Amino acid sequence: MWLLAVFCLLVGLVLGFQLPVMLPLVYTKYMSIAVLAALDSVFGGIRAYMEDSFDNLIFTSGFFVNMLLAAGLAYMGDRLGVELYLAAVIVFGVRLFNNLGIIRRYLLKKH
Amino acid sequence: MKSKGAQISIALVCLVMGMLLAVQFKATDTYQADLMPERVDELTQKLDTVTQQKEALEEEVLSLRDKLIHVRETDKAMKDLQDELHKAQMAAGTIPAEGPGVVISLDDSNINIQPGDNANYSIVHDSDLLILVNELKASGAEAIAINGERLTAMSEIRCAGTLILVNWTKIGPPFTIEAIGDPDMLQSGLMLNGGQLTTLKFLGLQTSVQKAEQIKLPAYSGPMKINFAVPSQYQEKVE
Repeated sequence: MWLLAVFCLLVGLVLGFQLPVMLPLVYTKYMSIAVLAALDSVFGGIRAYMEDSFDNLIFTSGFFVNMLLAAGLAYMGDRLGVELYLAAVIVFGVRLFNNLGIIRRYLLKKH
Repeated sequence: MKSKGAQISIALVCLVMGMLLAVQFKATDTYQADLMPERVDELTQKLDTVTQQKEALEEEVLSLRDKLIHVRETDKAMKDLQDELHKAQMAAGTIPAEGPGVVISLDDSNINIQPGDNANYSIVHDSDLLILVNELKASGAEAIAINGERLTAMSEIRCAGTLILVNWTKIGPPFTIEAIGDPDMLQSGLMLNGGQLTTLKFLGLQTSVQKAEQIKLPAYSGPMKINFAVPSQYQEKVE
């Protein structure tokens, strides 16, 4: 299970580095927010897995929807002249640390 | 968790995640590398150019000495004068020139402007042409023409409403800049990281650079008015 996840991550990394896709400068900001949201979803998934409350649909939909929503919000913020991406950074940042803390506690309890 | 569906979704999510990360890494890397010039390379290059300049100057001293000797023998003096004239005309752009070089094509962006976008970023400005010409000259271009207007020692490139003035002639997009010089040098000079062409490409403008075996540039045919500058006493520097 873990092996599969790590393997897929590596395959994705290699694919991403090899593909001749170059992100235009204007989109890097939205991409970074999307990556942050994706990271948050993945750690949320790991946490749910540890808590035995993992739900496939919630995990998958959360990953894609959060990502698109975060990038979309940042884009809308730019159009409105409000730095909305900061909100996304703070929310996902805080949740990331929360999830990491809970995962750490579970791991410590287990061993 | 134990179901096959969960595993597939996890695999898929991790795959997408990896690709996102890689693309973002690549983008961040490139744009930061753009901002941080590599000092060592820069200094080495500077040393190279200075050394080359020194060698060129030494050669010039030798040739000037030769010419001085020739001047004393009038027969050869005429030929030297002819050579000098050609050189000066070439530098001034008053005779047609041909040779290998590069051709730059430049046009406004064809991406539709979204509300809120700055339209100024999607068109070619006089300053863009100016910087490109400057980069070409820095890479050793010997003769340059924009849309068939040969650049002379006194040519201007400036904004005139929606058009650009070169040699007091109005030109508009698409722009073609032709430059005679070492094609490889010119192309690599234009493609330098952080150069104007990369910036323009970034902004979505349509650019292309092509090497050419043979370019023919017309001469500047307009009037050359020199009203104020008069040659001052020629100073002998050598001997």
